[in-house]
Amino acid sequence: MNTTLKIRTPEGIAFSFALAGPVARCLAWAVDFFVILAILKIMVLLVTVIGFISLDFQVAAMMLGYFLVSVGYGIVLEWFWRGRTIGKWLLRLRVMDAHGLRLQPHQVLLRNLLRFVDSLPAFYFIGGVTCLLSSRSQRLGDIAGSTVVVYNPKPTEPDLDQLLAGKFNSLRQHPHLEARLRQRVSPDEARLALQALVRRDDLDPIARVALFSELADHFKSLVTFPPETVESVPDEQYIRNVVDILFRTRAVEAKPAAPQPAGALG
Amino acid sequence: MIIDLPRFIDAERPTWTELEKLLDRLHEEPTRVMPLEEVQRFHLLYQKVSAELGRVATFACEPELRRYLESLTARAYAEIHETRERGRRFRPIHWFVNEFPRAFRRQSGAFAMAVIITVVGMLFGGLATTFDDEAKESIVPQQFAHLMGDPARRVAEEEKAKKDRMGGHHTYFASMLMVNNIRVSILTLGSGILFGIGTIIELFYNGVILGLVVVDYILAGQTMFMLGWLLPHGVIEIPAILVAGQGGLVLGKALIGYGDRASLDERLRGIGKDLMALICGFSGMLVWAGIVESFLSQYHEPMIHYWQKIVFGLMELSALIWFLYFRKIADPEDAP
Repeated sequence: MNTTLKIRTPEGIAFSFALAGPVARCLAWAVDFFVILAILKIMVLLVTVIGFISLDFQVAAMMLGYFLVSVGYGIVLEWFWRGRTIGKWLLRLRVMDAHGLRLQPHQVLLRNLLRFVDSLPAFYFIGGVTCLLSSRSQRLGDIAGSTVVVYNPKPTEPDLDQLLAGKFNSLRQHPHLEARLRQRVSPDEARLALQALVRRDDLDPIARVALFSELADHFKSLVTFPPETVESVPDEQYIRNVVDILFRTRAVEAKPAAPQPAGALG
Repeated sequence: MIIDLPRFIDAERPTWTELEKLLDRLHEEPTRVMPLEEVQRFHLLYQKVSAELGRVATFACEPELRRYLESLTARAYAEIHETRERGRRFRPIHWFVNEFPRAFRRQSGAFAMAVIITVVGMLFGGLATTFDDEAKESIVPQQFAHLMGDPARRVAEEEKAKKDRMGGHHTYFASMLMVNNIRVSILTLGSGILFGIGTIIELFYNGVILGLVVVDYILAGQTMFMLGWLLPHGVIEIPAILVAGQGGLVLGKALIGYGDRASLDERLRGIGKDLMALICGFSGMLVWAGIVESFLSQYHEPMIHYWQKIVFGLMELSALIWFLYFRKIADPEDAP
């Protein structure tokens, strides 16, 4: 099962979305289920008033209301709230067009109405199995509507100030090499170094030494700093310095404020 | 490539903010038509942000910045590369009365197929009840238990009734019929996702029950009662189920894709708007059928003459045929 949806624009720019798996979707659905129950409960209270006028109207309103709320909840929210329901919002999920284009009303309608089929024979069995088998984690409604459900994780950067605090970074004495390091290190390599630092206390001491030695060798091969700058620096400290350069582009006191993520995808 | 990130952010932030504001405005006012200069500016901003993402994407630091630019590019991409029409001011009634018949006519082959499957089912049901006395008990589901008995006895009881059986329950009964029929029709359409097989089974089964009931009443010599009872709501309800079947078959055909060179995704995207129009169409028809069935179909002679109900049913059918086949429809309306 593929976990990312990659989209390449005609301009040659690629971006990707993390696809939501069946478990996260199931949890979102459970939240929505309780929200629908709450709405129905409120509706029952409101409809009771109609009962004073006509019991026939009251029962009819209850029946129609139940149907409209259970069917219309997903349709209305996903259309007016950019592909989100309350459950999806809580789990940071969002429905989007499978090609990254604008979500259309007929797509929202189809994916929601086909829940009737996806939920067969019980507990979304057909939808769940299809979701597991689909390369884009789509249930039948998603396939018919050409939609996917993606995950928008909240950026949770580790506290770099705490992680890197109190250490002199000798590499910063060479700004041109510092810039070259930023240029040559790929995003994945940077993330790997960061994760190694974040999880260093979980590692076995021997494995920890070996890992940081391997990482240091790799980063040293990308940019060669003058020997006097690096020769007395332990491998772990070297990686700490590298992460400091990669993730803190200015000295701590002058760190620029990064823009907030765009609303639609936040 | 080496870039001075702080300076880069400071220099480009106005571009990002401008694009973000434009995107927000597009979302808030989907019917707004941008003037040419604004379109050109929008495109320029998109290209600039795309290029900046290209620069930052190869750059290890500032993952938050990269994510921000990705999200901005994705939103702008969705607006710029969307070739499906952007909705003008949505007029629901205008859309419904034009798009429903248009979709119906465009997919008329599937409707013909739905009719054939139902007729085959009716023939099967009719023959079964003609030649097998136990067919009714074994085929008719429990929810139609009132159809199990002898038609002549039922007619006699209905015609003898002095009290209004529906008195005080019309609205409830109508809403129950609407909800139940719309749910069944959605299922009929939706089960087309199983390569059309689910829809075919649903249509055939509906046909079997209909054929069984019709022949049962004809054999019992109660044709007038049956016509007076079924026609007022049936001429709308049965075509509505056929329209749902039509949608299911369209969906199944798009999935199979026989003789179509387009990809599965393209095929499904091609039928989306038609399916939406058909869904709205059969839902509207079933709301009407529910009202008629509750307020008219349940009344028989001597309260109301059968011929009056039959004429009413035929008038409805004529209006439906005119609406779906012959009414002049306006030029294609943009999607809502």
